[in-house]
Amino acid sequence: MHDMSAHAAHHHAPPTSFIRKHVFSLDHKVIGKQYYALALVAALCGMALSWFMRIHLAWNNAAIPGLQLLSKNGAPGGVMTPEYYLQLMTMHGTIMVFFVLTTAPFAAFGNFFLPIQVGAEDMPFPRFNMMSFWVTCTGFVVLMASFFTAEGPTLGGWTQYAPLNAVGPIGGPGQGTGVVLWAASIALFCVGQLLGSLNFIPTTLDLRAKGMSLMRLPLSAWAWFITSCMGLTAFAVLMPACILVILDHVAGTSFFVASNLVMNDQLLPHSGGSTLLWQHLFWFFGHPEVYIAIVPGIGIVSHILITNMRKPMLSHRVLIYSMGALAVLSYMVYGHHMFVSGMNPFSSLAFSFPTLVITIPSTIVVLIWTFSLYGSKLRINSASLFALGFISMFVSGGVSGFFLAQPSIDIMLHATYFVVGHFHLVMGVAAMFGIFGGTYFWFPKMAGRMMNETLGKIHFWLSFVGAYCIFMPFHYLGMAGNVRRYSTFVDDFLQPLIPVHRFITIAALITGAAQLVFLYNLIHSRFWGKPAPDNPWEATSLEWSTATPPPFDNFGGKLPVVYHDPYQYGVQSSAGDYVMQASPEQVKTEHEEK
Amino acid sequence: MATTVHEPPQIDPDRLLKPRHSGNGGWRDLVPANGDLHVALEHSPPASSSAIYVVLFAITMMFAAFSSALIVRKGSSLDWQTFTLPSILYLNTLILVASSVTLEVSRRRVAAFMGGLKSHAESPARWLYITLILGLLFVAGQYAAWLQLRAQGLYLATNPSSSFFYVLTATHALHVLGGLGGLIYVIRKLGKSTLRRNALDATARYWHFMDVLWLYLLCLLWMKL
Repeated sequence: MHDMSAHAAHHHAPPTSFIRKHVFSLDHKVIGKQYYALALVAALCGMALSWFMRIHLAWNNAAIPGLQLLSKNGAPGGVMTPEYYLQLMTMHGTIMVFFVLTTAPFAAFGNFFLPIQVGAEDMPFPRFNMMSFWVTCTGFVVLMASFFTAEGPTLGGWTQYAPLNAVGPIGGPGQGTGVVLWAASIALFCVGQLLGSLNFIPTTLDLRAKGMSLMRLPLSAWAWFITSCMGLTAFAVLMPACILVILDHVAGTSFFVASNLVMNDQLLPHSGGSTLLWQHLFWFFGHPEVYIAIVPGIGIVSHILITNMRKPMLSHRVLIYSMGALAVLSYMVYGHHMFVSGMNPFSSLAFSFPTLVITIPSTIVVLIWTFSLYGSKLRINSASLFALGFISMFVSGGVSGFFLAQPSIDIMLHATYFVVGHFHLVMGVAAMFGIFGGTYFWFPKMAGRMMNETLGKIHFWLSFVGAYCIFMPFHYLGMAGNVRRYSTFVDDFLQPLIPVHRFITIAALITGAAQLVFLYNLIHSRFWGKPAPDNPWEATSLEWSTATPPPFDNFGGKLPVVYHDPYQYGVQSSAGDYVMQASPEQVKTEHEEK
Repeated sequence: MATTVHEPPQIDPDRLLKPRHSGNGGWRDLVPANGDLHVALEHSPPASSSAIYVVLFAITMMFAAFSSALIVRKGSSLDWQTFTLPSILYLNTLILVASSVTLEVSRRRVAAFMGGLKSHAESPARWLYITLILGLLFVAGQYAAWLQLRAQGLYLATNPSSSFFYVLTATHALHVLGGLGGLIYVIRKLGKSTLRRNALDATARYWHFMDVLWLYLLCLLWMKL
């Protein structure tokens, strides 16, 4: 009887063949790991590109060994042309934003842990889930394929502004086939993420275990849920925009190219397209995308910190509401990317106001973290260090946002390294620290083995100091007038800044090399790490109450029942100072004792 | 590292006896902190009932993006040429509206049949087939509309107005084809007696949405082209 119902509880049997188990798997945990692997490969590609760019910026004529193999025309003798610099920059941005910062914290960890944290056996639509990964992976392959076309990848920047994105080969190398491949890749990515949302939202709403009310969801689960709602809205707008770009290329339509446009002494055949239209469509996606990258990090970091502080956050609800407010407001601020686009000044004001308002939920989140940390006996380990690093980067990068939110200051700082420093800290490095923190925290559950803590701490300190050495000087460069997207700095006023660029490049090379420590730790621990117990961090949420690594159906044929709020730490129970969500044991919390 | 205390997951004996999804907490379930599970509602909605709204929301956003692109593109340029919509579109509209009616009839009949009403036992799929045929007629009608435009010399790239016409109608037609796929799935499942009620409902919601979306698109095209 027991065995029969256990079998019936899961709607697809465990696979037996290698292909169904590891390649075309329907299991959300395998799909989560596949997303993680994809993000890891993408991050290494993106990092290598940033190295090439940094070396070129610091030493313009230096030959980079091996670069000529990537593109004979783009880097003759290993020295990159200005166009090839832009092509590498575009690919760095696209790979990092889409295939790392969206893929790892949301799709990878979310796929693996959301069903377990809500107490479900799997996502409701495993086939769509599998499709989601493979469509995303195809998107990545299509994007990387543009490296191997005759002209190389597109050079239009990850924002692909019109009309450059739609004029065709006359716009420069990679503006023909490269853009089409870029747009096709991003459209595929959008389909993949929409299929992801299709699973994440019903998982959270409908598949929760008995007793798992919405407010009993861990903060990480909330973050993935909110992010999937954002993704649903954002990617559904970017996809049509990409379709219109592709049509401008292959069907001769004129959606984005204005009339009478002369480029390279040639009058373009297009008529009357709107260049601003692309910016509106892109940034309606683009700004929420920033929060799609960072909100999972907020959830993951809160989850890690609470476990290591051994006490809940000051307010569970306010944190959730703040993440929700970030999601809603993120759709009302996108025009702040377009202050210098020639928009009506009143529009700038209308976008500036919510941009300043969005700092309120961000500040509330940071204050809750800070005051919850105050006086707590934080357990220092690699995961909690990266969580603290996340807060540091989020604040440092966020503060410069106050300046950029104001049109009058933004007009001066727009398209300078100040902006580059701002978004790299607040959404790039911060989100990466969230990914690292999540990896150190959840690796035992995902791989069944512990990671090396000493190497983890070395990795943290090198990354933490390194990231500041790279991105803090960016702000100085920007204020000194150093424009972004230039491959060489030949103006007189930029010459004194070259030593700063060299310092940044050296810091980037060292910080990048430090990531090899992480990579070594990851691979070594995966095969030879100490076997992990079921609940190494003495945590409370459901992922820690199942076996390590979790069985195929997550809970061994029995769905858990939830009796407690997610973060019952600082209590006295038979287990210690915490009581797990799935434990029926009655405990008195500190709050109740008072 | 601290010692591990492993709490095995608590087994809910009721849950084991029930089919999937029926015992989960669901979004209406609020259990008090004292763990009194008796107050928890037993039935959560099946996942496909919220998933269909996720799908419809994504489609809404997609067409909102296309619509705003149309409005901005028309407002910002001088090259916009209006043309008369092919008259067959109005016939197509009638066909699609009729298909919604037939689907609703079939949904009620199939639901009654699944509920065990013998009066509906004879060929419950009949109205589904009629809906399927009407849906195919609609897509064929849209194709005829494209042929009419082509005969007038209006191609995808001729003018932004024709570009938007083709893009909007083709995207909608693709989504209708998806709905036809859903109908075929429902008919097959009904034939094998393995149809779940929520699959039928989700397909019906999707189909009605395609209907409403088309009415919106027709108004938009009629006003702007």
